[in-house]
Amino acid sequence: MTLKSKVSLRGLYKIFGSDDKEVLPHVKAGMGKEELLASHQHVLGLQDINVEMQAGKITVVMGLSGSGKSTLIRHLNRLIEPTDGEILVDGVDIMHLTTLELRHMRQNKMSMVFQKFALLPHRTVLQNAAMALDIKGVAAVEQEREAQKWLNRVGLGGYENHYPSQLSGGMQQRVGIARSLTSNSDIMLMDEAFSALDPLIRTDMQDLLLELQVELKKTIVFITHDLDEALKLADHLVILKDGAVIQQGEPQGILMAPADPYIEDFVSDINRARVLRVRSVMQDLTADKFAGDVDANDNLESLIAASGGDTALRYRVIENGKPVGELDMRELVKALVPRISSSEAGTRYH
Amino acid sequence: MATYDWLFNMFGLRHWCDADASEGPMSMAQLLAKTGNAAPESKFTFAFPSLDELHKACGQITQTRDVVKGLEDGFLTIRPALRTVLDPVTQPLSWMLDGTLYVFTTAPWFIIMAAILIAVWYATRSISVVLFNAFCLSFFAFVDHFEPAMQTFAVILVCTIISALLGVPIGIAMSKYNRLQKSIIPVLDLLQTLPTFVYLIPLIFLFPIGESRLYGIAIVLYAIVPVIRLTDLGVRLVDKDVVEAGNAFGMSPAQKLGKVELPLALPNIMAGLNQTIMMSLAMVVIASMVTAPGLGVLVLRGIRNLELGVGLMAGVCIVLLAVMLDRTSKAALSRIDRTKSEL
Repeated sequence: MTLKSKVSLRGLYKIFGSDDKEVLPHVKAGMGKEELLASHQHVLGLQDINVEMQAGKITVVMGLSGSGKSTLIRHLNRLIEPTDGEILVDGVDIMHLTTLELRHMRQNKMSMVFQKFALLPHRTVLQNAAMALDIKGVAAVEQEREAQKWLNRVGLGGYENHYPSQLSGGMQQRVGIARSLTSNSDIMLMDEAFSALDPLIRTDMQDLLLELQVELKKTIVFITHDLDEALKLADHLVILKDGAVIQQGEPQGILMAPADPYIEDFVSDINRARVLRVRSVMQDLTADKFAGDVDANDNLESLIAASGGDTALRYRVIENGKPVGELDMRELVKALVPRISSSEAGTRYH
Repeated sequence: MATYDWLFNMFGLRHWCDADASEGPMSMAQLLAKTGNAAPESKFTFAFPSLDELHKACGQITQTRDVVKGLEDGFLTIRPALRTVLDPVTQPLSWMLDGTLYVFTTAPWFIIMAAILIAVWYATRSISVVLFNAFCLSFFAFVDHFEPAMQTFAVILVCTIISALLGVPIGIAMSKYNRLQKSIIPVLDLLQTLPTFVYLIPLIFLFPIGESRLYGIAIVLYAIVPVIRLTDLGVRLVDKDVVEAGNAFGMSPAQKLGKVELPLALPNIMAGLNQTIMMSLAMVVIASMVTAPGLGVLVLRGIRNLELGVGLMAGVCIVLLAVMLDRTSKAALSRIDRTKSEL
């Protein structure tokens, strides 16, 4: 299976202010955020963003507040206009679309899930879920059937005649997801979709999303400030700071080889045993005696449990039925300490 | 010698002042002086340099009464032009008022009462509000004030509908364009601060007394303000996230207005309509001075002829009508709010 980019951002810049085009050359010449604000009273939103978002994968954009992640996701459907750069969706630069074409693209190719749900308070759950089809002018019967199908799918069967205010936050966001799925678009933009929910509900929703993704293979762009969430969901992780991408790649790779003290800070706080997978810490196959076989995609936590905590053991790593490497439990323990990242671990994932 | 001779002498304008100084008509002060009734001028009197005072010193300066006359003449000269524009535009208002008044005064009382109560039921779904309306209507009829009360009601009904039809679109436009909002707000402030009598003066000149649009326009101008303001506010207060969701799913501007902004702004718009109704009622009483029919005529009679009882009875009816309209529109508003949020 060859991966192809569903959405590409090329050299994207966003400067907030009235003369954004005039100050752009300064930014391209390397002027920083503070300097730009002090000398030109313009705020640098995004600088030189280059991201390829693969079809059928979850791309997670992570950063703290103010890092420009919400600005970034709003460029993908042009809710915010970039100052410079290209936004390619299915190979078409959406900067060249007319108003009507843009509206058409938003109706058919992209749907969005919002942090604060943004449901219509005067419409029922069913009507909210059918919103995208209503906008497109689909017949009422068809609208209802589709909306009902997706409401059932996200576990809200029986609530279709309630109003959003009668539901809990988690249930409201399920409506938000159903609304997004009903639009039948390939691309789902999720702007801190689970950030407003409490931790247990959030985990439920993440599981729901992953479960749906196995079946639906949407191209999902997910914004979050929570690294655990990012690592759980991401196929491709983009880390944003002050409007610039400071590292992107496979999450395991970023974890093993943080490129920046900012990311090191981030990754030092997480439960590495749960996030890291066997394939990220295994070595080349050299020995021939093993305590057992493990799957390359198992996480370290499950392996520690399987070994009973014995660090003298050595396991053979199997991927797709073939042995691909070995893992010494002592190496595993070392990998649990943050920032062991040796240069070879770094090179392996580039 | 006038007080301000020195002023014109100083600038060497004496020659210009006296150029064709003819004896203009005397001012009231001069007239009084002639009869000897004027207060003797004190040496220490220092008159404000008003137009009249300056006129004494220099014949070229106009007197205040000429300025007033000029205003009147100016208004009279533009009147034909104004009328050619305003006549056809406002004619439907006359027809609506006359038609509604005709219906409310000729239809039998039981039909009117039933129609009103049914309408109230559909607007509020509240038995207590319907009963209160029934009580008020019966009271009007019981004290033989049913016809004037219904005339007042008819005028309010028409003026409120017109205000809503004009005010809501204006409010929406204001919420969309900041510059429009900036230019309309002073006009709204003016309409709200102008003493209500002042509305009537230009209207009397513009339209023949006896035409119902004369008072119709005065009422609409006065009562339209809150519905405009609150529509503007309501649309601006609509949750930005929901509007963004509309955009993200590709709503056209018309869809956004119809499916998101107006429904979410409806409670505010209804609050504005409630205010509009109450202000129409206030104005319809004053507009009785320019032939608006109804309870106001009786109040006016009470004042003019010192018929205390007539005025008081009409006043009581007005208060009841006001409470009735207020309760009904508020109940309708809260019903909308309820279906929106909790149910």
